[in-house]
Amino acid sequence: MKSGILAAAAAAVVVTATAGAQAATLDTVKSRGFVQCGVNAGLPGFGSPDSAGNWTGLDVDYCRAVAVAIFNDPNKVKFTPLSAQQRFPAIQSGEVDLLSRNTTVTLTRDTSVGLNFAPVTYYDGQGFMVNKKLGVKSAKELNGATVCVQSGTTTELNLADFFRSNNMSYNPVVIESNDEVNAAYFAGRCDVLTTDVSGLAGTRAGVAPVPDDHVILPEVISKEPLAPAVRHGDDQWFDIVKWTINVAIQAEEFGITSKNVDEFVNSKNPDILRFLGTTPGMGKALGLDEKYAYNVVKKVGNYGEVFDRNVGPGTPLKLERGLNALWTKGGLQYSAPFR
Amino acid sequence: MTDNVQSVGLPDERPPANTVGPIAWLRNNLFNTWYNAILTVLVLALLGSAIPPFVDWLFINAHGLDASSAVCRKDNSGACWGFIGEKLRFILFGTFPYEQQWRPLLTIVIFITLLVASCDRRFWKPWLGLVWIAGFLSVAVLMWGGVLGLTPVENTLWGGLPLTLILSVIGLAVAFPAAILLALGRRSNMPAVKVLCVTYIELIRGVPLISLLFMASVMLPLFLPNGVSIDKLLRAQIAFIMFAAAYMAEAIRGGLQAIPKGQYEAADGLGLSYWQKMLKIILPQALAIAIPPLVNTFISFFKDTSLVIIIGLYDLLGAGKAALSDPSWRGFYREAYLFVGVIYWIFCFSMSKYSQKLERDLNRSHRR
Amino acid sequence: MATQTRTTGGAPAPGGSSFSLSDPTVRAVVYQVLVVGAVVLVGWFLISNTLDNLARRSIATGYSFLEREAAFGIGEHVIDYSPKDSYGRAFLVGVLNTLKVSIIGVILATIIGTLIGVARLSSNWLIAKLASTYVEIVRNIPPLLQLFFWYALVSDGLPPVRSALNPIPGVFLSQRGLFVPAPSADPVWTMMGIAFLVAVVAAYVLRRWAKARQARTGQIFPVGWTALGLMIGLPLIAYVAGGAPTALDMPTLKGFNFVGGMVLSPEFFAILMGLTIYTAAFIAEVVRSGIIAVNWGQTEAARALGIPSGPTLRLVILPQALRVIVPPLTSQYLNLTKNSSLALAIGYPDLVSIANTTLNQTGQAIEGVTMIMGTYLSISLSISIFMNWYNKRIALVER
Repeated sequence: MKSGILAAAAAAVVVTATAGAQAATLDTVKSRGFVQCGVNAGLPGFGSPDSAGNWTGLDVDYCRAVAVAIFNDPNKVKFTPLSAQQRFPAIQSGEVDLLSRNTTVTLTRDTSVGLNFAPVTYYDGQGFMVNKKLGVKSAKELNGATVCVQSGTTTELNLADFFRSNNMSYNPVVIESNDEVNAAYFAGRCDVLTTDVSGLAGTRAGVAPVPDDHVILPEVISKEPLAPAVRHGDDQWFDIVKWTINVAIQAEEFGITSKNVDEFVNSKNPDILRFLGTTPGMGKALGLDEKYAYNVVKKVGNYGEVFDRNVGPGTPLKLERGLNALWTKGGLQYSAPFR
Repeated sequence: MTDNVQSVGLPDERPPANTVGPIAWLRNNLFNTWYNAILTVLVLALLGSAIPPFVDWLFINAHGLDASSAVCRKDNSGACWGFIGEKLRFILFGTFPYEQQWRPLLTIVIFITLLVASCDRRFWKPWLGLVWIAGFLSVAVLMWGGVLGLTPVENTLWGGLPLTLILSVIGLAVAFPAAILLALGRRSNMPAVKVLCVTYIELIRGVPLISLLFMASVMLPLFLPNGVSIDKLLRAQIAFIMFAAAYMAEAIRGGLQAIPKGQYEAADGLGLSYWQKMLKIILPQALAIAIPPLVNTFISFFKDTSLVIIIGLYDLLGAGKAALSDPSWRGFYREAYLFVGVIYWIFCFSMSKYSQKLERDLNRSHRR
Repeated sequence: MATQTRTTGGAPAPGGSSFSLSDPTVRAVVYQVLVVGAVVLVGWFLISNTLDNLARRSIATGYSFLEREAAFGIGEHVIDYSPKDSYGRAFLVGVLNTLKVSIIGVILATIIGTLIGVARLSSNWLIAKLASTYVEIVRNIPPLLQLFFWYALVSDGLPPVRSALNPIPGVFLSQRGLFVPAPSADPVWTMMGIAFLVAVVAAYVLRRWAKARQARTGQIFPVGWTALGLMIGLPLIAYVAGGAPTALDMPTLKGFNFVGGMVLSPEFFAILMGLTIYTAAFIAEVVRSGIIAVNWGQTEAARALGIPSGPTLRLVILPQALRVIVPPLTSQYLNLTKNSSLALAIGYPDLVSIANTTLNQTGQAIEGVTMIMGTYLSISLSISIFMNWYNKRIALVER
């Protein structure tokens, strides 16, 4: 028995040694055969499984894009649903390769949590939702309100800041799980539900018993740039994620969609030729296939397609592009050049 | 004197009405003193006002299993069993692929059969262990699939009652040998071993299970080498095993303490080695004594598996709660919690009755 | 067994300096070295991995975050708290909230549990059956489920705040909780508290004096009644002397919610109800077995000695019953305290919930979980130490 423990310990030490040798996430992912992606357990439009267990959403599509960039197969990805509490330990420990779970970029998360954030996939802001019956027109009228908020989010902090800076008081009901927060709000435990505006839209569309009974107040009280994140310490992997997200934005800027991408392969524009890998160089620099961008656009689509498919006006969320329009159209979505 | 002896027997008289029969029973058990009489009347009044509305709600005004939520919302004077009708399979099997749900059903049947069979003392033979191992293997095959033509199902999709049973029964099975070692270690003469075991047991028993689940959920990944990861379910299972081992070790220690010193001395006198002494003389007796407290540990352990909801797993309670978050069925919490509660209750109550019976049986054999 | 050396036929003579694994003393040492070595090795493996992981991902470590501004709100706090305060103070708020619900829960569960336990032994069939039904139902259902049920009952079952139930003037019951009038702030309340403490000390001194006098002269002094009189009387005198303020702070509906008075939040109510009802079922069993454990002969013997029934209960029955009751009762108290961590699931800001928020905001999981475990361990250890002391005090002195 004792020798069993010793053997196990020895084996464990051997494991450390081998694990120490394999550092590059890309190699791990390749040998494993799929990308392990951390997503939201249930936020319609960003990451949620349908009843058959198929994952959809904007965040989910970026996981697929990374899988396409590496394997040219949008299904070579496994999703780990994570709560707000579990997400950072999961990415820190290597349980997931990529955290694409509507996570706000902040200084603390970049430093002491040890994350590297890829380009922003969705520019969001925190808002308030109230029942129409209350007759509230502005967030400034919320003095003394009871507010339902999910714990462990930037939302919880912005909420405190907003009421503090406006000299108002509030009574927080802080609950761990998103489902419970929504349930408490719709049961009437709180006057106000607060989270990112996109999340409010998703909740109103997908969870509210009668969506029209609830109104999202006009104030947006914070900046919530949501971005996928990887852990510190592997620059190559960070580059791959960063430049996969840029692909979607750049493709929209070029006017390339999943439908017409083949027409551009022999375009006259040298930028596009470099981008799609007809002129080699870009893919190899990342350690990927030269045509990775072509594959991503072909199999996942450009940013506009991803947006429209998951959260756009045609979906229950009915979100406008707003800040998420391309920079050429007055938005903030901007890709660094592929050069 | 002999003249007085009666030779003809009188017919047997019925005992007076106030010592036997229902009236006497009432008098002895409900109205024996003035304050008991008052209490009885009060309690009867209370029950009379509480039970009929409850029965009305539960049965008479209730909507059947096929009722839709709209119907239930219109007339909410009774329970809405349509909720259970609609969500039954979700609550029992979680997100397991719908057309494959016979697999978790079979898993439940296997577990219950094994548990019930193990209650019979005639089956307490070495081959029972083999039956259990076979049971675990078939459960693993059923749940994971991937062999014998079964579609593979990832364990993130497992849920409902099978998950509760897997966490508790497998947790118990793995924790049991560890608990024996811990209990022996705690009573060992070797100071280093004793200190380690005592520290472990008291540490685990001193903190709430939630903190262990947290540890498994958010800290364990950091303990492992870079690139090695354990999935969420297994992490929860590890936390349960650590937890169960400490509590079971205390139950077994109770059994060990109850063995008279003479048994130890006799074994030593026969020149048996430590492990021979323990395996052949002490443990068989100690474990028999420890079975009732072990069953009680198992009951609380079974209830405690519901805590996995906090780290985002959908066990029986979690699935019941998730069913409630469906917008069209929001608010039918009474039906949901009653249904889930009854399932838990059936398991726990039958186990506790069994442990009481076992205790009586074992006491009888001890007295002999 | 490790201390004895056995001689078996053919084995080398014991006490010899030869090193042999068949020598139990040697074997014990070898075993211990192996076990400790294995534990140290596993521990080192885990710690080195953790340090490696922390360094590799440049995750912050240490407890310096405790001094940083917490910047999140907490719904219920015993001491003053605002988002401006530090994480350390937020955690303290959580600890106090845990203690608050645990202490009130322990008191209520003891009262209810004792009643039910006594009721189970009642000669009244109906009452005994009712009590045992309660026990059998409650203790066989997971406490978390009960908690969810109570929470849903309050937050879903009660009317919205604007149509709050108003059973007694000034008392409002709604989804937002129970609002009751509270006495307005006044220095008298502090003085009454001090008076009560003085009474407790006086009662203690009185008891010692009365015991000494009884030992000396045999005269019995009615300590119990005097102490009770002191504890009620002194605060009452303080109240009257302070001008007997009667002003009440009434809850009134202002804007979104009731303002003023005292509030019992739905979260607090649910966790208190859940813990009390669940633990009371276990305490009932403890009390019942304690009462059964005292032989009826003890009562008869006391009567035969001419001891009146009051002292019989106090001096003969209770000391024996308590010896059986107190150890399991304490472990139930400990269970209740540990179960209060379930508060997390319904949003009552106990220490686990606050530590959880903290670990989310700072990303320092190890520190967060260590703080939770450390706090509970200190609570458990202090109760254990008290228990050991108490057990020694009441242990049978065998002569």
